[in-house]
Amino acid sequence: MTASAPALLDVRNLSVAVDTDEGVASILDGVNFQLAPGSIHGVVGESGCGKSTLIKAILGLLPARSRATEGSVALNGKPLFGLEQASTAHSVRGRQIGFIPQDPFLALNPVFRVGDQLLEAMWWHGAGSDDTNREKPRAQRRRAYSERIVELLRAVQLPDPELALARYPHQFSGGQRQRLLIAAALACAPQVVLADEPTTALDVTTQLQILKLLRQLTRERGVSMMFVTHDFGVVAQLCDTVTVMYAGQTVETGPVATVMEQPSHPYTRMLLACHPERSVELKGIPGAVPSPLRPPAGCRFNPRCPEVIPDCESGRPKLLPASAGRHVACFRCHAEAVP
Amino acid sequence: MKSGPILSLENVVSVYGGGRSWLGRAQPEVRAVDGVTFDVQEGEALALVGESGCGKTTLAKTVLGLLRERSGNIRLDGKLVSGLTPQQARLARMTIQYVHQDPGAALDPWWTIGHTLDETLRIHAVSDRAERARRIEEMLSAVGLDSSFLRRYPHELSGGQQRRIGLARILILHPRIVILDEPTSGLDLSVQATVLGLFDELRHQFGLTYIFVSHDLSVVRRMCDRVAIMYLGRVVELGPTEPIFRAPVHSYTRALLSASPSLTPGQLDGMPSLRDDPPSPSAVPSGCGFRTRCALADRVCSAHRPALEAVVDDAANGHMAACHHWQDGLFSSADGSLAMHGVGAQ
Amino acid sequence: MLIIRKFLRDVPAMMGFAIICTVIGIAVFGSMLVPHPHLVFESDLLRRFEPPSAEFWFGTDNLGRDIFSRVLVGTQGALTVALTVVAVAIAIGVPLGIYAGYTTGWLSELVMRVTDMFLAVPQIILALAIAQLAGRGLGSAMTALALTYWPFFCRTVYAETRRLRHSVFIEALEGLGASRTRILFAHVLPNVASPIIVRATVGMGFTILTTALLGFLGVGATAPSPDWGLAIAESREYLPDMWWAATFPGLAILFTVLGFNLFGDGLRDLIDPKLRRSRS
Repeated sequence: MTASAPALLDVRNLSVAVDTDEGVASILDGVNFQLAPGSIHGVVGESGCGKSTLIKAILGLLPARSRATEGSVALNGKPLFGLEQASTAHSVRGRQIGFIPQDPFLALNPVFRVGDQLLEAMWWHGAGSDDTNREKPRAQRRRAYSERIVELLRAVQLPDPELALARYPHQFSGGQRQRLLIAAALACAPQVVLADEPTTALDVTTQLQILKLLRQLTRERGVSMMFVTHDFGVVAQLCDTVTVMYAGQTVETGPVATVMEQPSHPYTRMLLACHPERSVELKGIPGAVPSPLRPPAGCRFNPRCPEVIPDCESGRPKLLPASAGRHVACFRCHAEAVP
Repeated sequence: MKSGPILSLENVVSVYGGGRSWLGRAQPEVRAVDGVTFDVQEGEALALVGESGCGKTTLAKTVLGLLRERSGNIRLDGKLVSGLTPQQARLARMTIQYVHQDPGAALDPWWTIGHTLDETLRIHAVSDRAERARRIEEMLSAVGLDSSFLRRYPHELSGGQQRRIGLARILILHPRIVILDEPTSGLDLSVQATVLGLFDELRHQFGLTYIFVSHDLSVVRRMCDRVAIMYLGRVVELGPTEPIFRAPVHSYTRALLSASPSLTPGQLDGMPSLRDDPPSPSAVPSGCGFRTRCALADRVCSAHRPALEAVVDDAANGHMAACHHWQDGLFSSADGSLAMHGVGAQ
Repeated sequence: MLIIRKFLRDVPAMMGFAIICTVIGIAVFGSMLVPHPHLVFESDLLRRFEPPSAEFWFGTDNLGRDIFSRVLVGTQGALTVALTVVAVAIAIGVPLGIYAGYTTGWLSELVMRVTDMFLAVPQIILALAIAQLAGRGLGSAMTALALTYWPFFCRTVYAETRRLRHSVFIEALEGLGASRTRILFAHVLPNVASPIIVRATVGMGFTILTTALLGFLGVGATAPSPDWGLAIAESREYLPDMWWAATFPGLAILFTVLGFNLFGDGLRDLIDPKLRRSRS
């Protein structure tokens, strides 16, 4: 991403810690991430890399006993932090930031009609900043919002949108439910949508339908999206830019084509080499992801890294610009870049 | 001289539901596996590929003998092992073993790993304690774990370790055919590569035959010799992996392969996608099951069910497809555009 | 060790545990602690209805017997009854529940429909009827309670077994060719043990309460037994002036039942195999 375009969503040096019975666990350690307007940015990493915590931190939904220890999150240049205060979080969540959850089978309440569930968010937040319906009497307001929902359901290509309002979640297939959830995320016309592995529970042909839909909707509506996934293939298909995370740290970020074709951080390189499409001898990365209770000093990948240099344990590597528009957090890459 | 197939299925049908519960309504019948025929050669890895509801897991359980087939013949080493009660069938098919999709859940949470492995051997009447301990030790090192794991409980293992234990648990019985059900689901990429490597290694070390049930096509392409593509309980295309991945013949195979995400960036816009969702397995369309979503479909497709026939250009390889129009399909794919309905490219 | 640490942190459960230990202690050593052994069964009409005092802590009853002594001695009876009833109910209910849960077919249906029928009738009314038929006495009260309490175990175990039957590890065992006996007793039973233990603990308290109720209604223990329920029944007509005669046996029931319930609730949270650690 270019330095000139101001970021819509700007996460700087964000660290999140959780108090557990066995001590303080450092889940995020100085995460940096910028979402440019109108783009789809993938956040990819293996389990334990902190990608779901990142989403929760941005949404102000960090679970009890966890807290942001440093850093900031800004939307449109306005800091979101202090989001722990529920009132602010409530007005930002849903209204300015939409959220598409992971499992379409669990995310809808089975005992309510989907129309009512979609209506609820708009009832609280209104349908975007230019919403004139908020002042209207109840019945009119309800009708106006119902029309908007039908319009949204048509936009997400759900068959028979008028009839869908009166149906219950179990009457929809997994792909259809995910379409409903996308409509819900877009209901209040947010500028940013966070998607947490929205296609993981779906079959590949359904996944393709949903990815194409997301691509189309973000283009048509000028919405930016942060797409969290563990699947490099999905990132390659969908995203413009990508951030790779490992054990709570940002490892590498940049345009998808560059990162996928010429990864420069040792972790990104080794991970991509594990993909069955590229792997020569089917060998994984030796070692395991460190426990967040006792993370290694400095770069958290250093115990598994074959190219470790003494600097690696000295401190958290900074995310510095490297070749081809990307940023890398690796002491060795930094050292090699400076002649 | 080529020996016969180690496992052969002939027109196997497996049905869910049906009957009625006590004082209840009659349950609708679902033909989850509907007339499947194929052979498995000794030492090969055959992939069963398809989306949820296509019947691949039901087929695996039927082969294993956990579900009773409604009709059709299953031969193991040329010997008929179908038409038995589930208990008898399972006994007759003991050389076939199954690794669960979630091997962690396949372990009793109250038992240590050592206890579980030991029990497996006791079920199979290995009464000598020292013999059991020796075989367990041997198998643990074969799957790359040390004996300290014997004292652990299932929830103390990582995903990769659980897969290894799942494998050790059945390999200890010296099976010849191993059914791997979604063996990489839920594994991280870096762990997945190691586990796949282990599968390869064990297959050669023990001369195993794999039936690989998966929806991850990049894994299948990497691991398997032959592929059977399933849709709504039927095999729609069958053949060696590379020819099928390079030149798929059935419209469904083509849709499935093109939807599978690859590492080459940014092809989303050009990809055709299938319309709608698959029909419910309890209401399979007449004739060809795929006709409701297929661009080549016509009256013949709804009237007659296509048989699995050799694809002429590729018959020597054993490439087969069940489609009335596979030749048209080949023709129209020549100019690079896949003939399919769908949410068109923008 | 994690289990013990977790349990020590659970204050209500620890209170329950302390109460149960005290009650068991009294049941075992009660006869030695009794301050007036001769006033347990023998009456002393000169001392009728003496209020609580330094000599008679809980006062005396309508026959001049020491209530404190009688409450202590009655503990053993209450616990024995509860243990026997729960043990018999488990012995009937658990095997039936496992069988019905694991198999399908008319026999399984029959077992469950009979269970449902038992559960549909209030236990106390059924127990009253059975006890009446069997004749007055503690033995018939116990029989009545055991015969009406097993359906609770059967239901619980049935539901758990049904859930386990479709769990992956049971399927895996079937795939490995394990016999049904092995699956049921080595794998299903330990996994349904936690709800059984919880139900049994709560059931102990519940049974003590119901025994007392049967005693109160006159179909349980017979005079001159120091049964708590009977004691309340006997002193009922002297209320509210001679309040101590009914209050102290009542408090004994209250504390014992409370102890079992608190402990049972604590156990419910505790029994989870995920808390098991191989090393530590």
